Amino acid sequence: MTDTPIAPPPKSRLRLALESDVFYTFRRSPVAVISALVVLVLVLSALLAPLIAPTNPFDPASLNLMNGFTPPLEPNAFTGDEFLLGTDDQGRDVFSTILYGMRISLFVGVAAVTFAMILGITLGLISGYVGGWLETIIMRTADVQLTFPSILVAMLIFGVAKGVTPVEYRDQMAIWVLILAIGLSDWVQFARVVRGATLVEKNKEYVQAARLIGRTPGAIMLRHILPNVLSPVLVIATISLALAIIAEATLSFLGVGAPPTQPSLGTLIRIGQGFLFSGEWWILFFPACTLLALALSVNLLGDWLRDALNPRLR
Amino acid sequence: MLAFIIRRVGQSILVLLVVGLVAFSMFNFVGDPIDNMLGQERTAEDIARLREQLGLDRNFFVQYFRFLQEAIQGNFGVSYRQGRPVTQILLERAPATLELAAVSGILAIVFGIALGVFTAIRRNGLLANLIMSGSLIGVSLPTFLIGILLIYVFSVELGWLPSFGRGEVVTIGGWKTGFLTESGLKALILPSITLGLYQMTLIMRLVRSEMLEVLRQDYIRFARARGLKDRAVNFHHALKNTMVPVITVIGLQLGAIIAFAIITETVFQWPGVGLLFINAIQFVDIPVMAAYLMLISVMFVGINLLVDILYFFIDPRLRADRSGGH
Repeated sequence: MTDTPIAPPPKSRLRLALESDVFYTFRRSPVAVISALVVLVLVLSALLAPLIAPTNPFDPASLNLMNGFTPPLEPNAFTGDEFLLGTDDQGRDVFSTILYGMRISLFVGVAAVTFAMILGITLGLISGYVGGWLETIIMRTADVQLTFPSILVAMLIFGVAKGVTPVEYRDQMAIWVLILAIGLSDWVQFARVVRGATLVEKNKEYVQAARLIGRTPGAIMLRHILPNVLSPVLVIATISLALAIIAEATLSFLGVGAPPTQPSLGTLIRIGQGFLFSGEWWILFFPACTLLALALSVNLLGDWLRDALNPRLR
Repeated sequence: MLAFIIRRVGQSILVLLVVGLVAFSMFNFVGDPIDNMLGQERTAEDIARLREQLGLDRNFFVQYFRFLQEAIQGNFGVSYRQGRPVTQILLERAPATLELAAVSGILAIVFGIALGVFTAIRRNGLLANLIMSGSLIGVSLPTFLIGILLIYVFSVELGWLPSFGRGEVVTIGGWKTGFLTESGLKALILPSITLGLYQMTLIMRLVRSEMLEVLRQDYIRFARARGLKDRAVNFHHALKNTMVPVITVIGLQLGAIIAFAIITETVFQWPGVGLLFINAIQFVDIPVMAAYLMLISVMFVGINLLVDILYFFIDPRLRADRSGGH
């Protein structure tokens, strides 16, 4: 007992993560570090919006119509109040509406991608592992849907879902309908990649072994195959998130997305566009910049992740 | 080859039938058509009579078949909102969208290929690198923001170009064209740049990467060794061999241009089919939505089919493969 060699103390998960290849390439890429910082700051400020925002833009009591159209960093002509990024037509602080708008943009984006991911992974695993007529139906549907641009698919789903919901619930349901529409328009990518990877994995020995010891197909798919096909899914998810945020903004901008009572960044840009001609540029400019920063940095992060997780490029 | 074409046509028809089913289901499940057609003061007999008249008492497949029959003849019913036949409204609006799409498509193809070749040949040049980094921003900038930016610079600040509408139009045989008036042409500039920019960057990046691939090949080195001029090598040997993937993408992007016109038309209040579609979604005008869906799918499927068939004529290798392999 005494002469057993002393094993080195087990490394903590944090240590393992910090010493991994992925983290090494991350530190070496300034673009990735900056994008990650931007995303972190934006996500944190969206999450903490009630604490950071000077006013609550959805609380009518805090609004003063006299404060309308105050330019950034200038005292209002009537009330003397000052606002960091100015106010809109109803005297709402633009900075606060951006913080709250970003919450909705991010929530819709993350929820839609999660929905698309779960749907795509499930259908991809089934069509790859089970095969047969189920695979034919799923992949044919995917092919047909891929013929059309996803923004068009999302618009159609939004329109139909809006038609199905009763009129009095439409505004309340709009956010959920939006998530459904963007999610359903985006599952194909996940399904195709997962199916392709599953087709490769299912002939490997560990899957045969699992089958031999009598594990059910469901358990094999979820516990054995899924963990091995996850890394391309992660890359697609990140890039999809950028696309979903832009899709949400586009739909809301077109007036077929988030309602004015729950404005996302796209809705704010839609509102701001109306005041561009009269010279109130800040109502549009700041939400647009926020959207750009968010979409661009998530996109760059996705690009970096794709290169980092792709062993062929190393 | 004939077998391939027949199979592809069969697949295309199947896709259209599926899309038709979706469009038909929209009519069936979103709201009750009887509700939309009869007023408040209706009796049970009225409802039953109308159901019979419209054939709504028949089974699902009979109804679907009748829907397809009508759709092939171009009859999609009456717009809930405007009270006029949908086909008539769509035809009125189509010229605006087609003209916008044509101009943006040409812009995207011409500038996309030219810039792609340029950035590939001058791979390490300063200007080429500048264009490449610029294109990265162009890809991540949402279309509607590009439109707003252009409006702000050229309409609000400089006041050179109109920010909305088509300007004056001239009607020639039922086709309203904006090509023949000065204001019509001016109104076309900003929307077509907005619509074409994304497609242009896409084509440019594709042409560049394909060119770089081809320029590495032995036959290019050999052509240079033969003492051919750079111009001949670059355009005659290299560009020609990049064309297969480029034409695929151009074909697919033509369909995308029509679909993305929805966004551009909304930003510029361009009176085309896309703006009609957005309004239809806002007011849940099902007949217009269904007709637009059918129209655009016919276009997409047709373009896809055409591109596939074009391959055979462009790439002789494909013909040899198919006839040998199958």
